[in-house]
Parts: sequence; structure tokens; C-alpha cells
Amino acid sequence: MPEALIRVENVSFAHNDHVIFDNISLNIEQGKITAIMGPSGTGKTTLLRLLTGQLKPSSGHVYFGKQCITTMSRKELYKTRRKMGMLFQNGALFTHLTAYENVAFPLREHTKLSESMIRDVVLLKLEAVGLRGARDLYPNELSGGMARRVALARAIALDPMLILYDEPFTGQDPILMGVLVKLIKELNDILELTSVIVSHDVPETASIADTIYVLAGGDVVGAGDPQKLVADDNPHVRQFMHGLADGVVPFHYPAPDFMADLLSSEGE
Amino acid sequence: MIAFVQRVGRVGLSICTELGSASFFLSKSVWRKPRSGQKLHLLAHTLFNSGVLSLPIIIVSALFIGMVVGLQGFNILNKFSVTSELGQMVALSVVRELGPVVTALLFAGRAGSALTAEIGLMKATEQLDAMEMMGVDPLGRIMLPRLLGGFISLPLLTIIFCAIAIWGGDLIGVRWLGVDAGAFWSNMQSSVDFRLDVINGIIKSAVFGVVITWMAVYQGASAIPTAEGISHATTRTVVYSSLIVLGLDFVLTAMMMGGW
Ligand SMILES: Nc1ncnc2c1ncn2[C@@H]1O[C@H](COP(=O)(O)OP(=O)(O)OP(=O)(O)O)[C@@H](O)[C@H]1O
Ligand SMILES: [Mg+2]
Repeated sequence: MPEALIRVENVSFAHNDHVIFDNISLNIEQGKITAIMGPSGTGKTTLLRLLTGQLKPSSGHVYFGKQCITTMSRKELYKTRRKMGMLFQNGALFTHLTAYENVAFPLREHTKLSESMIRDVVLLKLEAVGLRGARDLYPNELSGGMARRVALARAIALDPMLILYDEPFTGQDPILMGVLVKLIKELNDILELTSVIVSHDVPETASIADTIYVLAGGDVVGAGDPQKLVADDNPHVRQFMHGLADGVVPFHYPAPDFMADLLSSEGE
Repeated sequence: MIAFVQRVGRVGLSICTELGSASFFLSKSVWRKPRSGQKLHLLAHTLFNSGVLSLPIIIVSALFIGMVVGLQGFNILNKFSVTSELGQMVALSVVRELGPVVTALLFAGRAGSALTAEIGLMKATEQLDAMEMMGVDPLGRIMLPRLLGGFISLPLLTIIFCAIAIWGGDLIGVRWLGVDAGAFWSNMQSSVDFRLDVINGIIKSAVFGVVITWMAVYQGASAIPTAEGISHATTRTVVYSSLIVLGLDFVLTAMMMGGW
């Protein structure tokens, strides 16, 4: 059994009164690709933010290796984060810097590399995502999918131990999607990284993931390798893995009965 | 009546919490060190953004304010037939009050609002989160250089403002209305005290510089990350920092006159 790089133990979390997680536990194994899937709005992005210490759980702990992310000091947390790369759901590129400077940013902050070495690394990373030619463009001159790929290049600039991808495939055409799937797999295997992918794209994710966790209603409803989950007969898991419209997963955010809402006197 | 008292209480409390968290924010930012190699580069960048880019509006306003003070002063002094004192009047009103205060108000409108909008937008587009995720502290990387930039650039802008306003007074008084140039400048020289007037004016403007950028940066960082939230934050920056500048000006002047 490989060692767990990240252990989430009995974590609960709520945004204001809205409970997102109620006592969940899961492990992210060293050197593997772990996928986190689940319907929109179940808290996948929130889970990534808990893993990286951007949010603190209301109870429970998150461990990175032997260190506890939840209780470590700010300084230690910043040091730990240099070992992590994160691809934000909307890219989060620095708008005042070009694509090249965005990728160079972490290198300039954390290393003492010479300008020519920085250039080599940046071009290498941009080449990997196919955007070496777009290096002088500003984020507002990039398309959504391109911006996300530049953000990916930035996330891997420091060769982290762990990469967290929030929806890497959204907004990519089928050709690029294939390239990205291969890239994530290669990064993971060649550089011996640990990867966490949040995604809705079941077939792509299932093709590279070693372990999949399916979240629904604040809980882990399914866990295991892709073959096991496709065959799983938990209604949540089955509906999600096979993309069925009818089932237990509600399409709607919790709300009062629609007819009652229409007839209510709130708007008058 | 009770509703009124409740409202006053609520507003008072919210002002107190706001002030408290703003102070907390300031004390946190001041102790963050950006990496040594970058300090100068970052500082130069913010000095350019908030200082150099504010120059045109400062220069134009200073010229007009100097000319108006010259014109008004001449009319009043003319009644007592002491127009030779015009130089003293222009210089004292500009160096003691108009220079530091008007420059600070213009700075709040020009540089403060831009700072709030910039930082608010960085927050809304998760750029601050991304920076934290790279292990770079936004307080040290973004906030601290801007605070220092305000502390340095506002006094410099104030000096430029005063010089140009006095030149504007000279333009109107001496060149146009025919006050004797020798009397204008020598009266100014003998009545303006370097320590009491010039240095005190610069101290005031340094305080204003810190307060304005502090407000601007804090409002940006605590803005609700939506278009509306950022526009409110920008408005608040200009309103609050203008009010604080005017209030502080009174307090500082009283302290300086009291001989502190
Ligand atoms: N800042 C916030 N304040 C209050 N509620 C929030 C906040 N951020 C997220 N939420 C709520 O938390 C829940 C989970 O959000 P999250 O962004 O983690 O979903 P997600 O699983 O990533 O969804 P998607 O797949 O659409 O990105 C949502 O119901 C959302 O309404
Ligand atoms: Mg999300």
C-alpha cells in the first residue's frame, strides 16, 4: 500500500450556514492521480481549498505528509505551498503580466536562477502546453482555454510535488483535451508527481485516474478505481458516472417547492 | 427615538469594527518583508504609478490655486494698502495648509481610487489567492510597497505643489497686478520659517500619504469581489480618506501650534 501524501480526517466545513462537508475523510496517495468528481456545487473547489489551507475546516484535520496543514503557522504554510501547484478554475493569471512573465513569476519569487535559465524553463513549460508562440500576449488577449493552459504552465513552473487541477478540461476542444490528458498523465509518471484532478469529464478523467472519489451531498459516496466505480451500484455514483438525468442527484440548488415559490407573495 | 439611538449605535459599532480590522491589516502588512532583491524594483513601480502619474493633475491644480490665492490676497491687502505683503500671504497659506491638504485630497482621488480598484479586481479574479498558493504573501508583495510608495510620494508631490502654487501667486501678483518683485520675495523669505512651516507641512503630508494608501489598500483587499463591491470600495476610499485627511489636518495643526 503506497503512502498517503494528503490525509483528510473527519473534516467538516460550512460556508456561513450552508454546510458543505459533514465529517469526510479521504486519502491522496503519493505518486498517483486522484480524481474528485461530483455534481456542480457539491464543494469540489472548496475541498481543494481545504487541502491547500486556503480555508480552515471547522473541525477535523488535513495532513500533508507528516505536517498538519490545519494548525501550522503561516510561515510554514507558505513554505509547504511551494511544493504544491494549483490550477485555478478560471486560471487566475496576473492580468498586468504577459503569459511569459506569468510563468516566470514563481521562478523569480522563489529561485535565484539567472535570466537565461528562467527563459529556458518558461519556454519549456509553455511549449508543453503548446503556447510558446503566445508568450507575449496579455491574459485579456488569450481565449479562456488558452488562459487556462498558461495557468497550467505556471502551476508546474516550480516542479511541485503535488499538483491540484480544478477543471483542467473545461473549455478545451477535443484535440487539446486529448493532449492535456496525456500531459497530466506524463507529468505524473515522468516527474513522479502526485496529482489531484477535479473534473466533470467522466471518460477523460476515468482514463487516467488511479483513484476516484465521488462527492455528493457533503459526503464521499463512492471511492475506488475507475472500473469499480463504473460498476458501482450506489445510486449517486451510478447516476454521475453514467450521466443519467433522472436519479437521486438533484439538478436544483435546495429551494422550496417551485409552485409554492411562484404563488408566494414575496415579490409583491 | 429608540430606533434613532439604535441606528447611531449600529453605525458607531460598524465604524469601530472597520477601524479595528483596518488597523489589524496595517500592522500585519508593515511587518512583512518582500524579498530583498525585489524591494527597490517594486517600490519604483508603485512610486511611478501613484507618484509620477499624479503629477499632471497636481501641477495644474497647484498653478490655479496659486493664482487664485494671489488674486484674492491682492484684493484684500489692497484695502489696507499693504500689497507688498502678498508674498507672505501666498506662501504661508500654501505651505501651511493648502499644499498638504489639497495635494492629499487630489492624491486620494487620483491614486487612492486607482489602488482600491486594482487590488479589488485582483481579489475578484482570484489573483491574490493564486499568489498565496505560490507561497508569495500578497501583504508583503502588493500591500507593503504601496504603503511605502504613499509615504514617500505624497510629501514629494506636496513640495512640488507648493513650489508651483507660489510661482502661480508670483505670476498674478508680480507680473500681472504689479506688486514689487523685491518686496514679494523678501517678505516671503523673512516670514516663512523653515522648521515651523515647511517641515511641519511635510510631516503632515507624510502622515496623509500613509493614511490614504492604507485606506485604499485596505478597502481593496476587503472589497466584496463583484463589480458593485469594487465600485463601492472605490467610493469609500475617496470619501473616508478625504474625511480623515481633513480631520487629521485639524488635529495635527492644533498639535503643532500647541508646540508638540
Ligand atoms: N464564498 C462563498 N460564500 C458562501 N457560499 C459559497 C462560497 N463559495 C462557495 N459557496 C457555496 O459552496 C458550495 C460549493 O461550492 P464549490 O465552488 O466548492 O462547488 P464545486 O463543486 O467546485 O462546483 P463546480 O463544479 O460548479 O465548480 C456551493 O453551493 C456554493 O454556493
Ligand atoms: Mg468548482
